[in-house]
Amino acid sequence: MNTTEVNSSPNGDCASPLGGCPIPISDYKEIVLAHGSGGRISQQLLRRIILPQFSNELLAPQHDGAIFPIGGARVAFSTDSYVVNPLFFPGGDIGALAVHGTVNDLSMCGARPLYLSAGFILEEGLPMEDFWRIVQSMRKAAAAAGVQFVTGDTKVVDRGKADGIFINTSGIGLVPAGVNINPTRAQAGDAILLSGAIAVHGIAVMSVREGLEFETEIASDTAALNSLVESMLGVSKDIHVLRDPTRGGVTSALTEIAQTAGVSMHLEEAHIPIHEEVKGACEILGLDPLYVANEGKLIAIVAAEMAEPIMKVMRAHPLGSDTAIIGQVTSGSPGVVTMKTRIGGTRIVDVLSGEQLPRIC
Amino acid sequence: MKYLDEYRNEALAQQILGEIRRTVTRPWVLMEVCGGQTHSIIKYGIDRLLPEEVELVHGPGCPVCVTSLEMIDKAHAIAQRPDVIFCSFGDMLRVPGSQDDLLILKSRGADIRVVYSPIDCLKIARANPEKKVVFFAIGFETTAPANAMAVWQAQQQGLPNFSALVSHVLVPPAISAILESPLNRVQGFLGPGHVCTVMGYEEYEPLAARYHVPIVVSGFEPIDILEGTLMAVRQLEAGTAAVENQYPRIVKREGNPVARDLVGKVFKVCDRKWRGVGSIPQSGYRLREAFRAHDAERIFKVESIDTQEPSVCISGLVLQGVKKPHQCPAFGKQCTPEHPLGATMVSAEGACAAYYAYGRHLPRPNAPQTTPEPAAA
Repeated sequence: MNTTEVNSSPNGDCASPLGGCPIPISDYKEIVLAHGSGGRISQQLLRRIILPQFSNELLAPQHDGAIFPIGGARVAFSTDSYVVNPLFFPGGDIGALAVHGTVNDLSMCGARPLYLSAGFILEEGLPMEDFWRIVQSMRKAAAAAGVQFVTGDTKVVDRGKADGIFINTSGIGLVPAGVNINPTRAQAGDAILLSGAIAVHGIAVMSVREGLEFETEIASDTAALNSLVESMLGVSKDIHVLRDPTRGGVTSALTEIAQTAGVSMHLEEAHIPIHEEVKGACEILGLDPLYVANEGKLIAIVAAEMAEPIMKVMRAHPLGSDTAIIGQVTSGSPGVVTMKTRIGGTRIVDVLSGEQLPRIC
Repeated sequence: MKYLDEYRNEALAQQILGEIRRTVTRPWVLMEVCGGQTHSIIKYGIDRLLPEEVELVHGPGCPVCVTSLEMIDKAHAIAQRPDVIFCSFGDMLRVPGSQDDLLILKSRGADIRVVYSPIDCLKIARANPEKKVVFFAIGFETTAPANAMAVWQAQQQGLPNFSALVSHVLVPPAISAILESPLNRVQGFLGPGHVCTVMGYEEYEPLAARYHVPIVVSGFEPIDILEGTLMAVRQLEAGTAAVENQYPRIVKREGNPVARDLVGKVFKVCDRKWRGVGSIPQSGYRLREAFRAHDAERIFKVESIDTQEPSVCISGLVLQGVKKPHQCPAFGKQCTPEHPLGATMVSAEGACAAYYAYGRHLPRPNAPQTTPEPAAA
C-alpha cells in the first residue's frame, strides 16, 4: 500500500502546479457511479478512504478474499454485494449471481466454498413473484455449487430507496493444505491462462438494460467456478494466482495482479477468446471487450511448464472448454501490461478511470 | 467476423506498411480528421509501425471534444432544472463544464439519461408528458440525420415536451481553418469516413484544389487507415492533390441523399464556437425557424450564457494538429481522465484520452523477445 496516498486527505492532490485547475473537477465531493466501476476512481476510494481505516496484514494483499488460520484449518472469507439491473437477464438473475460471485471469490483463494450468508435489502413494492423466483434461483445455484446458506437477514426500505432488491452474500471455505494462491506470486516466465470467451456477462446485461436486440440472444456466462478450480488443483496445487475478471474485465484483473506482484505482463490480442456476437455488440456500442465484466471465467497464472497440463484439464471441463494461453508474465516495468495488437503493433493495456461510456459515433 | 477481421489482418498490414516504406522518400505530415481514427491508430499502435517519415497528427473530429464550454454550461443549466429529463450520448457525461460535469449533476439528483439514439428521447417524452425532455444534439454531420429525424418526428407527432439543444459542427470549415492557420503543418488528410457516408465527398474537392492538399476519405479499421495513409503518401510524393475514396464499401461521392435532404429541412448552417479553437464562421448547424418550438436554447432562455474558456489547456492546439498530447506539460500529470483539464482528455475519442488509455504517458513498451505459445485451436 502506498503510504503517501494513505496519508493524503481525499482532496489532497487538488492543488495544481499550473496555478489551480481551471476546471475544478478535481476530487469528487459526492459519491458518483464511477466510484463503483472497478476502475481507477474505485481504487482511489479504497486506498484513500477505506483501507487506511482498517489496515491489517490480511487486508493488505487485496485478494478476492482473506485467508487466515482457525484451529489448524486455513479458512477463506469473502463478501460481495449485488445491485444488478435488470434483476432478470438472459442466462441468469441477481440470485444466481449472488451465489456464483461469492463462491467464485472463495474459489479464487483456492478454497473449497462451504457456507454462505445472505442479506436482502428489499424495496417496498417488489413483486412477491420476483422475490420468489430470485430465492428459488439462489437455492438451485447453491445446491449446484455444493454450498449451504446458513445465516441471513432481511430488511425492507421505502419505495424509491432501493432498486427492487439488493443482495449481499458472504462466504467461508477451507483452503486445502499445500495450496497457496496469492496475487503476489505472479512471477516472470509464468503463463497466463483464461478459461474462455470474454465480455459475455456484461454484454448480456447491457443488451437487456438498454433494450438492444441482436440477432442471437447473448446469455450471461454466470457460473460457479469451484469445480473447475478443483479439477485444476488436481493437476497441481502450485497454481500461483487465480482471479475472476468480473467488474472492470480482464484488463483490470491483470493490471491489479501486475501491480500487486510488481511484475509486467505481455498479452497476445489474437489469443484472447471472444464470441463473434459479443464482438459485434461491442463494436456497435463502442466498447472494448477487455474492460467488460465476466461472471463465469477465471484467469490462472501458473509456472510455464504447468500451463499445458492445466489447460488440458480446463478444456475437459464444461466451464473451461475454450481455455487459452493469452500471454505471459515478464520482468518489464512493474505493474505494466502490454499487448501485441492484431496487426502486430504493441500497446499498453491500462485500467479505465471509471465506467466505459458508450461512444457517440 | 465479416467486415472486421479482414481489416485487422497482420499479414495485410505488413504488406501495406512495406509499400508505404518503398513509396516514401521524405517527411510528410498527415492529419486524420476523425476521433475514431485517432483512437484506432493509438489502440493498434499504427503510428509506431509507420516509417519515421510519415507523421500522423490528430485532427478536430471528436465531437465531444469540440463542443464549446459555453454550450456545455448551457446543457448543465438546463439539466439541473427539476422539470427536465436531460438525455445525452454517454461520452458527454464526463465532459467538464465551468463548474461540474453531468455525472456530478446526476449524483445530485438531476434526471440525466444516456441514450443510444435520439429517437429514444421521443419515447421518454411520450412516457413523461409532465416533464420536458431535452436531447443534447451534438456531433458532426454523422449524427445530424438521426438528430434531425428526432426533431422532425417530434413535430410530426405533436410532442411539445421534446426539444433539442443543438450544437452541431461541420468538418469542411474546420479543415479550412486548420489550413489557413499560420501554425499549420498538415500536408495531407485522412478524410472523415462516416461524415462522408452522409454528406459524400464532393464538398472536399474544392478544398483539395484550393489548398493543394490530398484528401483521402478513409475508414476506421487498421487496414483502412494504413491504406488511406499509403494513398495520401503516393499523392504527396507525386505532387498531386485530389480527393480519393479509400472507403468505397460505405462512402459514395454523393453521400446519402435521403439523409442530406432531411438534414437540410431541419437544420441551417450557422457560425459555431469550437472548444479550444474559437468561433469558425459557417461551421455548424442550428434548428430552422420552423422547428423553434423544439429548440431548447430558446425554450430555456440560455442563449445569453457566454462562457470564456480558460487558457491553460492546450487542447485547441492538439485539435488543430499543432501539438501532440504528450507535448503538454500537464499531460498524464495534472491532467488525467480522472481530472481532465480539457475535453480532449475526456472523450474516448479525444486525442489526449487515447494517448492516456494506451499508456503513452508511460515509457515506450518493448515487446519481450519470447512470445507466448500459441493456443491450440
